[in-house]
Amino acid sequence: MFWVFAALVAGSALLAITRRNGVSAALWAAVAFLGIAGAFVLMQAYFLAVVEVLVYAGAIMVLFLFVIMLLNLTEEEMAKLTEGPRLHLAGVLFGAAFLGGLVWVCRKAELFDKPLQPAAAGETSQVAVPLFQHYVLPFEIASFLLLAAIVGAVLITKRRLT
Amino acid sequence: MTVGHVITLAGVLFTIGMLGVLSRRNILIVLLSVELMLNAAALAFVGFSNLHGNLDGQVMVFFAITVAAAEVAVGLAVVIALFRLRVTVDADRVDTLKG
Repeated sequence: MFWVFAALVAGSALLAITRRNGVSAALWAAVAFLGIAGAFVLMQAYFLAVVEVLVYAGAIMVLFLFVIMLLNLTEEEMAKLTEGPRLHLAGVLFGAAFLGGLVWVCRKAELFDKPLQPAAAGETSQVAVPLFQHYVLPFEIASFLLLAAIVGAVLITKRRLT
Repeated sequence: MTVGHVITLAGVLFTIGMLGVLSRRNILIVLLSVELMLNAAALAFVGFSNLHGNLDGQVMVFFAITVAAAEVAVGLAVVIALFRLRVTVDADRVDTLKG
């Protein structure tokens, strides 16, 4: 089951960054987020899986789609790539090195010998305990951050620009 | 399926997001790739949370998702303001601050 979600996440993320059309890129990213939510379920993080679907695949991708449709760019404008193969080559090389290093470290730390715990906590009632006890101050600060983001977003888009 | 596989998947997703940031000039797609990279970090957090049987990692992902939502709202607002001002979303053409 994990491999299904892994293939879904990697495949749709690759499609999301390679599509020429902005709308289909955003929709493929939404599929990737759904795959990540599936992986969360496999790791018993049920609360986070629901939050991922609601906030990422729901709210954030709808916002992206709104903006992409609002700007209504041409396909050439949407599909422009950075100039020269240098940056792309650097990206692929660094990516390969990063992945190789990561797998090496995982092997070294014997993470490949540690199966996922079948009965780990992650239900909403269990996540709520640390969230409202130990992390209650960051929780309140996060609400202020969201308020500031709402006001800031409205202000930035509404203000008359010169 | 082990914790190592989850971390590797997170690494693959992060690399894909990084390639998107490096290769695309459209600011919207760059923002989308940044979201993919944030999700890779979230996946790694949940993987280690499962490994240690500790919920702190999941609380951290919850906060990361909150901050990501705020970041997307402000980021897209900036993109719209930029488009109204310059009629472009090409990252290479927004170089007023370049010395």
